[in-house]
Amino acid sequence: MADKLIRIVVIDANRIRASIIEEGLRDAGIASVVVIHDMSQVMRRIVEIDPDVVFIDLENPNRDQLEHMFQVSRAVKRPVAMFVDQSDQASIEAAIEAGVSAYIVDGLKKERVQAILDMTISRFHAFDRLRRELDAARSELADRKTIDRAKAILMRTRGLSEPDAYALLRRTAMNQNRRIADIAESLIVAAGLLDQEDET
Amino acid sequence: MSLPTATIRAGFIPLLDAAPLIVAHEHGFARQEGFELTLSRETSWATIRDRLAVAHLDIAHALAPMPIAANLGIGALPMKLIAPMALGFGGNTVTVSKPLWRAMAEAGATADFDPRIALHALSAVVTQRRTSGRPKLVFGIVHPHSAHRYELAYWLAAGGMIPGHDVELVVLPPPLMAVALESEQIDGFCAGEPWGSVAVKEAHAVIATTGSHIWRSGPEKVLAARANWASDRPERLAALVRAIHRACQWCDVPENGEALCELLARPHYLGQAPELIRPSLLGLLPTGIGPRLRVEGFLNYAARAATFPWTSHALWFLSQMARWGEITITPETIQTARDTYRPDLYRQALAACGIDIPTANAKVEGALPAKTAVGSVAGRLLLGPDGFFDGTKFDPDHLSDYLQVLRAADAT
Repeated sequence: MADKLIRIVVIDANRIRASIIEEGLRDAGIASVVVIHDMSQVMRRIVEIDPDVVFIDLENPNRDQLEHMFQVSRAVKRPVAMFVDQSDQASIEAAIEAGVSAYIVDGLKKERVQAILDMTISRFHAFDRLRRELDAARSELADRKTIDRAKAILMRTRGLSEPDAYALLRRTAMNQNRRIADIAESLIVAAGLLDQEDET
Repeated sequence: MSLPTATIRAGFIPLLDAAPLIVAHEHGFARQEGFELTLSRETSWATIRDRLAVAHLDIAHALAPMPIAANLGIGALPMKLIAPMALGFGGNTVTVSKPLWRAMAEAGATADFDPRIALHALSAVVTQRRTSGRPKLVFGIVHPHSAHRYELAYWLAAGGMIPGHDVELVVLPPPLMAVALESEQIDGFCAGEPWGSVAVKEAHAVIATTGSHIWRSGPEKVLAARANWASDRPERLAALVRAIHRACQWCDVPENGEALCELLARPHYLGQAPELIRPSLLGLLPTGIGPRLRVEGFLNYAARAATFPWTSHALWFLSQMARWGEITITPETIQTARDTYRPDLYRQALAACGIDIPTANAKVEGALPAKTAVGSVAGRLLLGPDGFFDGTKFDPDHLSDYLQVLRAADAT
């Protein structure tokens, strides 16, 4: 179901997300996809490309500029509407929920654009999931490092073995109803303060 | 077990006039009224509007003409909003590039923010450029439906310069204004502080005049609420208006200035250096040439009824939307603009608080040349000075006549 005639511009400062979107659009058979990262060129590029659909991430500070350009008829050759159909509240909500805004040239048939919009929304979600997983992995790693440092402090100052140091951290966390990593962090901060006192 | 607290979700753009929302949250004014404010920093007005439309946000810090534009269906995503209160006066500057200032200075401009002298000089520069075949000057604005845009356009047109014809207006995010000025993509801009001061510091720009010189006691931002959300919870809305009004009063107390500056500077609010924020909170503006000047009434949160949503303000914005061809004046559009600003809800919320409230919902803009005691609920309210720098009065009851006069002048 290739739709080679539709030209799409993706504006996203996040290069990884932009390439995920681009790939999705190409997989869907859209031949003309241009990704713009450089905001200083965006207006000139859009006029040159004259796209049918523009996707822009919701956090992009240039959205007001883009909308103004669409409203001033001289800047773009054809009128632009936001989203496929303003009465389609579900689509609008899904897009904004996902963090993307869509501008579509007026008169483009809804059924042609709906699939593209749905695909882009799902790719935004996929990226979000990726990012959350990455963040979780990063914070897990950071937690582990913090716990290791706290264990080392306990082993040094209290002469505990590694399993005993960990058991002490875990017991304290359970008693105080806090995370082990939080207890470990408090311990590191406290140890830092005590060290400073030793120095003075 | 304590009762669950109601939460109101509020969006803001990192600007000085987001202070009332931030202060209502941080200094407990929201909690005293029985709700929590969840503040969400946004990067564009378009995103504020979108998140209001899909109910991610209940209320927001909004450009004063924005709810009117949304209700009139102009702009990208029409929806029903109300403005139950304003968030203060002023705070904008008209800042020009060094080369433009040099040309204006040769034409007689003086670095003292005088809007008439600066305009006269700018007009001379525009005429020179036209006769010598040089390109039109380009001015940056932050949003088409902003007080900045209508103030700047009003000022330019009073000097015979019609936006779109004699000068171009382009939209840019405020943090990019200084860079755009330096790289000569724009020749000047109108934006809220601290962006004029930033351009003076980073792009050697000059502040030609300020929004509060062009329209004295002119509104800048309002509190926008989704109409459905507000009508379903009249008591919560009233509590919100009270909390934010108290926050505005707190912001106006000079002794709180340093705490306000420190609070706004925090990374998750404005994320700017306190040194950059402090002078504009004090109304001390750099001219770009010589010492800073104190601008009386430059930024005003609560005093002089700065939180009152004047119907005349809404109607003035409507008159300008018609002037620049965005809408036509009909009984329906007048009614829509009138119904967007809600002095009735403001009165209901604040009636029992001992706060002085104007007795009228509308006033003739420009009727008060100086600070004047006017009729109010308690009979001791000071208003003004108000109105436009060129002395033309706006009577909201004679909107069509007003527009006719402006259009006749624009056509010459």
